[in-house]
Amino acid sequence: MIAREHILHKVRTALGHSAGRAAAPPPPARLRIPAWEFGERWKRFAAALEKLGGKAVLAAGAAAARQYVATLTGGRPAVASAAPALAAWGITSLPGVRSEFRDDAELRSACASADFGITTAEYALADTGSLALWASPEQTRLISVLPPVHVALVPASGLITGLDELLTLVPRPLENSSALVLVTGPSRTADIEQILVRGVHGPGEIHVIVVEEREERS
Amino acid sequence: MTNQPLVRIRETLGDARLQEAIYAATGRLIEHRRQVVAPEALPDYQELREQARRIKEHTLENLDAYLEQFEAEVRARGGEVVWARDGAEVADFLVELGRRSGARLIVKSKSMTAEEIGLRERLEAQHFEVVETDLGEYIIQLAHERPYHIVAPALHKTRYEVGEIFSQKLGVPRENEPERQTRIARAVLRQKFLAADIGITGANFLVADCGAVVLVENEGNARLTTSAPRIHVAVAGIEKLVPRAQDLAVFLKLLGRSATGQPLTVYTSILSGPRRAGERDGPEQFYVVLLDNGRTRVLAERDKRETLYCIRCGACANHCPVYRRIGGHNYPWVYSGPIGQIASPQFQGLTQDPWLPFASSLCGACAEVCPVKIEIPRLLLELRAEVVKARTRERQNRWERAAFRLWAWVMTRPRVYEALSLAAGLLASEEAGPNWLRRLPALLNAGPLRAWLDYRDLPLPGRSFRQLWRRRTAKVRE
Repeated sequence: MIAREHILHKVRTALGHSAGRAAAPPPPARLRIPAWEFGERWKRFAAALEKLGGKAVLAAGAAAARQYVATLTGGRPAVASAAPALAAWGITSLPGVRSEFRDDAELRSACASADFGITTAEYALADTGSLALWASPEQTRLISVLPPVHVALVPASGLITGLDELLTLVPRPLENSSALVLVTGPSRTADIEQILVRGVHGPGEIHVIVVEEREERS
Repeated sequence: MTNQPLVRIRETLGDARLQEAIYAATGRLIEHRRQVVAPEALPDYQELREQARRIKEHTLENLDAYLEQFEAEVRARGGEVVWARDGAEVADFLVELGRRSGARLIVKSKSMTAEEIGLRERLEAQHFEVVETDLGEYIIQLAHERPYHIVAPALHKTRYEVGEIFSQKLGVPRENEPERQTRIARAVLRQKFLAADIGITGANFLVADCGAVVLVENEGNARLTTSAPRIHVAVAGIEKLVPRAQDLAVFLKLLGRSATGQPLTVYTSILSGPRRAGERDGPEQFYVVLLDNGRTRVLAERDKRETLYCIRCGACANHCPVYRRIGGHNYPWVYSGPIGQIASPQFQGLTQDPWLPFASSLCGACAEVCPVKIEIPRLLLELRAEVVKARTRERQNRWERAAFRLWAWVMTRPRVYEALSLAAGLLASEEAGPNWLRRLPALLNAGPLRAWLDYRDLPLPGRSFRQLWRRRTAKVRE
């Protein structure tokens, strides 16, 4: 408490302010949103992600998305989040995929040993090839960071132009969650002789499936 | 300049291997940056710099209000804000927290602020196991060195040296391929993440309107540091604030590009408070330590305040012809390169390393590439002027002190004083009359005494009190 008052006092003295003074209005925020059609957004997203060594997939409907994930995982152990979309798209019922856990400890150890972590993402950012993931009761933080491969499914409506649009849609991003993470490609380092190595602590492989919600019924 | 820094600099200059490593690494960083800020890649780059500078200026001018807003927003999300005047107070808080929560193992992600206050060493001295988790920083920790560069701490180490360090310190078979070395570090550190009690991070930004700590990184170690342990403590300088989450649109675009040439780094974590109700992982306790450690002093210097705008991208070092030759370990403090040259004298005092602001050709490359447009060459000139002023003052003070010591010596010895008054009487000059002193004999006629007498005549001392007293008592006795 002493340190708090002391630091605030020094800040005010440095600035010539008295206590309780409100901040002057900040310069207007600078947010620019380009007018890109879906086709343009997809093209840019795929190019940006693949340049980083990630894989971008456009799935014509849930069945195609499910098929892609099934082929990729091939029955090997995967942890899927409890996001409703993953169940609705039939991802959680694929062989090898677990999405229900007795308790937090079991969920954590499953994440630590799984080959794949499967999540949804609320948004994908076209210009940088990024995903926006919020921590939530359904979708925990560790699913997308502990397993060596991260698979993310994004509804086509969530493919937006970029960071500026994200912060326009969600100007206060931590109202209902303790964490928002932007994921841009696979985990990497260049700390040794600036040689690129993927998969340091996070996933070395990332697959983003943008799911177009078309009529599924035949 | 004392000789020590010069000797070390000559060693660096004479080390061909090291010269090549520094030059190649900074050269690649220059090229990566150039590609992503070029007009065809980012047409509004200059506007973004302008906006970033404006926001930093505004935030610092209203820092008291933003600090209080930040604190209230963190509390509203269930977190705690701790204020620390210096490194010792940060360590005191963490030691107390560690004891209270029965913590033993601490994982840490890279933080220049933590380096600045020697946090790891302070905690190790209190018997905590503290593990750096950024690959470069981990190598540096094992080698017992300090970071070579703000964003690339192990820039000076070859893969062979890394292989040697790993096999010696971790007892693993020697491995010279960065790919395999990375696997080794991943396996060792994975166990640490899962077993750790406390995760310590810095903060690239603090966001006032949502009480958030923002961390940018590429490896995923900051994500794990802030997600796996049950306690997260972020240590951040008070200058890291920005007003709104929306301002991140500007700063994130500039930071990744300027530092490593990435439009966005791989992971950007925006965090506030402990896990919310229902969330199944993430920390149970969340603390932000707001550190002063000299920042309020810099804030008070209006014309040099912009030193605090720095977002620690390291671009100034990469482009600096001096840094590219002398490397990161020849700067006296943890902040190397041009930003270190203006930050160190202001944080640590001018007299600590007075040569530092002079070790520059003032070519201006640093200011050209700075994402928040800090006028580093101007600040170097200001600091040079201050060094010179301080030296002059120091010289004057030496003479003044000597003169007063002499004065005191004379004044406390009545006999000497009397003798000197009599002697002064002998110097009376003819032309000004017997009671005036106009010129000194050749031997004394120099320096300030001569300057004084060139324009003034000095009345000679009359009889002193003691003389008068002696005469009086003699009369009475008669």
